[in-house]
Amino acid sequence: MTENEELYLSSSSIEDSWVSQFCEMANHQYFCEVSESFMEDEFNLTGLNSLVPRYKEALELILDLEPEVPVPLPEIPTIEESGELLYGLIHARFIITRPGLQSMAYKYACRDFGTCPRYQCRNTAVLPMGRLDIPGFETVRLYCPCCRDIYVPSNSRFLNIDGAFFGSSFPAFFLETYPKVEQECRRIREQSPPFQLKIFGFNIAEKSRAGPRMKWLRQTPGQDKSQGPQETEAATAIEEEAVVG
Amino acid sequence: MEMETDLEDTWIANFLGTKGNEYFCEVDPEFILDRFNLTGLNADVPNIHDAIDVVTGSSDVNMDGLNAEEEQQLDASARHLYCLVHARFILTTRGLYKMMLKYQEGDFGRCPRALCRSHILLPIGLQDVPNISSVKLYCPKCEDIYNPKSSRHANIDGAYFGTSFPGMFFQVYPKLLPRHSEEQFCLKIFGFKIHDHAEHCRWQQKQRDELEKRIADKPTS
Repeated sequence: MTENEELYLSSSSIEDSWVSQFCEMANHQYFCEVSESFMEDEFNLTGLNSLVPRYKEALELILDLEPEVPVPLPEIPTIEESGELLYGLIHARFIITRPGLQSMAYKYACRDFGTCPRYQCRNTAVLPMGRLDIPGFETVRLYCPCCRDIYVPSNSRFLNIDGAFFGSSFPAFFLETYPKVEQECRRIREQSPPFQLKIFGFNIAEKSRAGPRMKWLRQTPGQDKSQGPQETEAATAIEEEAVVG
Repeated sequence: MEMETDLEDTWIANFLGTKGNEYFCEVDPEFILDRFNLTGLNADVPNIHDAIDVVTGSSDVNMDGLNAEEEQQLDASARHLYCLVHARFILTTRGLYKMMLKYQEGDFGRCPRALCRSHILLPIGLQDVPNISSVKLYCPKCEDIYNPKSSRHANIDGAYFGTSFPGMFFQVYPKLLPRHSEEQFCLKIFGFKIHDHAEHCRWQQKQRDELEKRIADKPTS
């Protein structure tokens, strides 16, 4: 068998699986494919049977196994729903393992999760997460490693994805594993001091009723507070020149 | 010349009805007709006299003698003129009032920051000179600026709103200032704080406390 044929066969078999169909849906762009071996290991599924209704059927569905007892037609939507819940919860566990982090890193590099809407983060790629690890409370949020804040996805199709399908610890694991992301973000943070509102070029006094109150939110210890964004860019250009020289 | 007789179908109404122009408010024709308000714009707008006629729907303008390219050019300069006048108009009392109504309707979108809980935004430019940077959105709750969600809005010139608009807006309507967000997000692993992140949060909290202290001890004058 030639390499091409092999590739074709393997890709066609992946396309057929429930997992790849699930991940290919437009509103499931944030999900990566959990490996079959991970889902087959009972240890990885500990405790999920109490969270997912119709657990056994749901697991059979996402593993593409023939059910022992055929599922009656009216129950298929409930089981499909349970299957999605179960897959989401397994996904949250999978993405903090080494292969899971690798798949998510690939998606991160492709900017599949979008970029930070904050202007001064200069389109830093964001990471999906949930503030709670229990399903059914809050939808997915996006963590920006540059401003270290969380955002609501801009596209409404992600607004009904549960945050627990990514979990609260994922961004921290990701940044621990890929320290280069944090280094790059630190550089951007230090170059862009917090935004300052001005009127005709003049700063608004701190003691004014409408004066600045939120600068602390975007401040980091290394920033030079007196510099504006343009000046900073000039400063980095000078720094770069100095490095070259 | 039927267009001018129908009030619903003026150039300005047409412009405001176009998709992507939702951020703009209606500039009073009298404001555009006052030449004082247009001081200095002739350097930025080519063929300004015809552009004024087009925007205000004056019957003097003769579109018949123009070919398609010239017509397009005139329309582009009319739009440019209107938008630059818009940046000046929204700093006047009437302009601020019109923008206030739009703001309260949430016409400029909502803050994407999760802890701002979808607070309404105001448009802002980073430069008052046209053709340098696109429009951004200012959230008064976190006092930060964000990129517009839709690419249609991301292509609007920031100079069409100006750098001073949100500052002026809250000087005039201080009652509309929201309660500032005190929450901050701190990343955790399995519910445990991470040293670097927790330290950063504490440092920011200290900055906030210092700011509050500075504001509290007002000098007696």
